Amino acid sequence: MLESNRPFSEENLSNYPKPAATPLNPRRRGIIIGASEGIGAVLAQRLAREGYTLALLARREDKLGSLCEQINQASGEHRARSYVHDVAEYEKVPGLLRRIVADLGGLDLVVFVAGVNYPPGGIDQYNFENDRQMIEVNLIGAMAWLSPVAEMFQSAKAGQIVGFGSVAGDRGRVGNPGYNTSKAGLATYLEALRNRLTRHGVNVLTVKPGFVQTAMLKAAQGSTPFSIPPEKAVEDIWNAMKKRKQVIYTASIWRWIMLAIQHTPSIIFRKLSF
Amino acid sequence: METNMPLTLNTFTQLENFGHSLRAPSYRFRPTRTEGICEVLRLAEESGLKVTIRGAGRSYNDAALNGGGIVLDLSTMNQILEWDPTTGRVRCEPGVTLEKLWQRVEPEGWWPPVVSGTMKTTLGGCLSANIHGKNNFKMGTIGEHVLEFTALLPTGAEITCSPTENSDLFYAMISGLGMLGVFTSITLQMKHVESGLLEVHAWPVHDLHEHLACLLEQAPHHDYIVGWMDSMHGGKNLGRGQIHAANYLHGNEDPNPQETMRLGNQVLPPRIFGVFPKSILYLFMAPFANNLGWWGVSTAKYIASLRKHTFRQAHAAFHFLLDYVPNWELSYGRGGLIQYQSFLPKETAEDTWREMIELSLKLGLPSYLGVTKRHRPDKFLLTHALDGFSLALDFKVTDRNRSALSKMLQEFDRMVLKAGGRFYFAKNSETSAEAARAFLGEETIQKFKELKKRCDPNNLLESDLFRRVFG
Repeated sequence: MLESNRPFSEENLSNYPKPAATPLNPRRRGIIIGASEGIGAVLAQRLAREGYTLALLARREDKLGSLCEQINQASGEHRARSYVHDVAEYEKVPGLLRRIVADLGGLDLVVFVAGVNYPPGGIDQYNFENDRQMIEVNLIGAMAWLSPVAEMFQSAKAGQIVGFGSVAGDRGRVGNPGYNTSKAGLATYLEALRNRLTRHGVNVLTVKPGFVQTAMLKAAQGSTPFSIPPEKAVEDIWNAMKKRKQVIYTASIWRWIMLAIQHTPSIIFRKLSF
Repeated sequence: METNMPLTLNTFTQLENFGHSLRAPSYRFRPTRTEGICEVLRLAEESGLKVTIRGAGRSYNDAALNGGGIVLDLSTMNQILEWDPTTGRVRCEPGVTLEKLWQRVEPEGWWPPVVSGTMKTTLGGCLSANIHGKNNFKMGTIGEHVLEFTALLPTGAEITCSPTENSDLFYAMISGLGMLGVFTSITLQMKHVESGLLEVHAWPVHDLHEHLACLLEQAPHHDYIVGWMDSMHGGKNLGRGQIHAANYLHGNEDPNPQETMRLGNQVLPPRIFGVFPKSILYLFMAPFANNLGWWGVSTAKYIASLRKHTFRQAHAAFHFLLDYVPNWELSYGRGGLIQYQSFLPKETAEDTWREMIELSLKLGLPSYLGVTKRHRPDKFLLTHALDGFSLALDFKVTDRNRSALSKMLQEFDRMVLKAGGRFYFAKNSETSAEAARAFLGEETIQKFKELKKRCDPNNLLESDLFRRVFG
């Protein structure tokens, strides 16, 4: 619900002209939340190359600014514009969404890729503060965005939502209970949106990455089998978006690994140390 | 429904153009009184959003779309305020449709002097685009029959305009695409008719030269004239088609005018051959909406039109061809359709259109429907008319032909501009700012922008079309 009529904050105002969409040049428009680095940044570059006009959101203004500049220079057009935003500031979402839709002149795609991962540092360590932050950013942050977006796409009877679960969300494991929970929660939320929205012509894609070589991976502990560069993950995501798929793993081998892990009986799983 | 609740920006409504080829989410408000319009303008000012005025949404392009912004839908301001059957003067709210208008005045012996090919359009929209009909060469555009209108400007001023009062705004707001102010009432002069029927002559033309020569020579002898062009055939048959010319009946040509003017004799029949419901006909047209299927349909239609004949037809049946098959535009499929209408001086029309149609056939992107008309120039600021002809071409849009179609239309634009032609803002969806500047001229655009500054200093009124063409 976008109930507030307050004027928009000037700080995010973009002065670019609104892209003109015509029947022969339809101009798909998208929002990427969490675009400053990692998968988000690479996906932004890819979608801009595919012709999308994008609103890029992240906390870090400098990184976001240079990414936008890079995209706009490469395309020779104002294809990307930046909005500084902290996803934990839920109350700002409705106003910002309204501003962005007005700036872009419409909306066809929302990608929520913002996420934090704070491993507790050992299987006997507990840290509620970190757990809470992961839930606040990864799960509630996503719900704050996707709820008004889902409402909008439902009434428009069109649109595409891309959200990120994780192989870490398929099973609760000893290493990082908070992160497991945030990603399992988000995957379930996305599934629920899919069940609500498919009948209205809206596609909801859940991406479950394995190990992707980003800053987040460096923070992860232990071995990182089947790790892929973010460009490979983005290739998979773009292909899935085009085919309007429901759930994908990237790299795709994780589908089979997680199938095995999901079916591992608890009596064994309890004794494992990963 | 009018409520006392403050307006809020709650949920988006997905709005489309007539051809279903554009979609734009907007906050839609439907006031029923002038105060409601003021409230919407105030909300726009407070929220930093732009406002686009929308009537029936029958534009083929983005004239009534405002992606992410506010749409002021006036289709619910639809009361006929005054009607005087002795003088034929009618005062209407801007959301009154041509349908409502003719159904009110026709039984008393009057007919709107200018109508579009569909009766679903609203008067506000008709004035904003300054529509023409099949009698443009004789009666001009609808603006020439407006005695007076009242409007609310974004500055808050309420003004009255006529050819003598605030005449600069009169000639700019009519044709002004709803970018200067909001019509609140429109006074029109109706045309007196002595019968509910028209005498229609139909005859074939065999090529483009004959087609245009017929329009030129026959127009002065008729009240209405329109051509259908089989735009799927090239070579020596290029431009072949059928002319329909119609005249009002006078004196005792109609032995029983009371009967022919009855509404029951004007309404389009809901079924074809008395059995087949037209409401689902578009579903059966869809399989033919491809190059091969439509080639067959066009050829069959041309062969059928070879018979020269004269018949009498009700006004509504003659004028509102687009309403004959409800939802016909849906038969073009998911990508919808676009219309490309060019207006050319009578000296350059033949060569330019020959070149255009040959190019479309060569590229395998034929138009499925061509309609020709005869025109005369008018005094309105953003006028599309000139002393010559127009050709409206419908093209089916698919994901596969999009970029090729786009390139072809850019080529068309160059040909039309080179030939001294003009475009019409209710139709063409691809006209660029450069093309608009080229045909309107720098002086006209400056004049329009000055008026815009005077009427709407904070640029509250903006549509997707405005941003595309004047942005």
